[in-house]
Amino acid sequence: MGNEKVKSSRRKFIKSAATLAGAAIGFSWLKSSQVLLYGAEPKDETLPWYGIVIDIQKCIGCGNCAKACKKENDVPVEPFFFRTWVEQYTVKNDGSVDIVSPNGGIDGFKQTVPDEDIFKSFFVPKMCNHCSKSPCIQVCPVGATYDSPEGVVLIDEKYCIGCRYCVQACPYGCRFIHPVKKVANKCTLCYHRLKKNLAPACMETCPTGARMYGNLRDKNSDLVKFLKEHTTQVLRPNLNTGAKLYYNALSSEVR
Amino acid sequence: MKFYIPPQIPRLVIAFAIFISLFLVARHFLVPDTFGKYGHYRAASLIDNANPEIHYAGQQACFDCHQDIEDLKAKDVHSDIHCEVCHGPGEKHVLSSEAADIFKPSGREFCGSCHALNAAKPKSAIFQIDLNKHNVGKNCNECHNPHQPWEMKK
Repeated sequence: MGNEKVKSSRRKFIKSAATLAGAAIGFSWLKSSQVLLYGAEPKDETLPWYGIVIDIQKCIGCGNCAKACKKENDVPVEPFFFRTWVEQYTVKNDGSVDIVSPNGGIDGFKQTVPDEDIFKSFFVPKMCNHCSKSPCIQVCPVGATYDSPEGVVLIDEKYCIGCRYCVQACPYGCRFIHPVKKVANKCTLCYHRLKKNLAPACMETCPTGARMYGNLRDKNSDLVKFLKEHTTQVLRPNLNTGAKLYYNALSSEVR
Repeated sequence: MKFYIPPQIPRLVIAFAIFISLFLVARHFLVPDTFGKYGHYRAASLIDNANPEIHYAGQQACFDCHQDIEDLKAKDVHSDIHCEVCHGPGEKHVLSSEAADIFKPSGREFCGSCHALNAAKPKSAIFQIDLNKHNVGKNCNECHNPHQPWEMKK
């Protein structure tokens, strides 16, 4: 008798657990992941919604972007604080990959691998991806970092408590703690310049036009046209961060 | 039958009321004015972020005075390269018009930061030279005008 009772309650438990799990899986399917957003879900139609394109086929690794960013935004000059930086990837003939970024690329790059060993080599500029579902915003315990109505991820320096959750949450390594202000710091897409109708400093000083920003909501903007005509990809699409920084000609070696 | 309320319930209600009102008062003073206007953040922070001064003036600010360079540059391959790529941040110079406030680059290393040969540079994006072979010992601007690089001086 008692044994029968245990069996039936166990059966009940397994049934309800299976129902819950099934519902959870079904619900996650309903809201399927959008890896490429291309101007989805506008909140405020009157404001632009910014996206960024970086064309790896145009980047020559001069480091002007990283240099200009530091000057424009008064980023500390020590070699480990960057809002944007450039990495050089070298895939060797034996299949191994060398990734270097001496001083964020500010002083330029010298190819250290002899030419005959190189399978291919290219530069990858990195910066904040201004994710629309960003992990850094989700972990902030005080609401000091947020997605602006223009889709720019910003920091409220007066409200930040410097707990570093966001620094470790960003899968792209784009945040750091400002050594003087002791609060989180990152790329603002030069929000102060955008508001004055000027291009972000890194894009103003890119000699080859490898970087581009634009309004994802405007289907006729240069940015959206570029996205239509090229095969672009975001970094770490598996994390479903809703990154709005699209790379053209991104190689699978890039992390 | 009369509905019986245990005596601890009214006391608990009073205690809860005091704590909740204390919480609401504290919240009123601790939460910043504009918090929550657009989302879970201080809306005034948008203005804080828009406030910093610019250092790079932008292409148009340069051409407002240097019309001649605009015309010169338009004729050659450097036409799409903005002035501040080479000359550095120009807002100070725009405000003061002092020549000392703008950087005037020269030297093989400077031009080489873009044009030096490197296997990682895409050939289609940039014309590259080997600094160790191309007219060693000469300064680039002895032959090339940086604003019009293919108009050779000699």
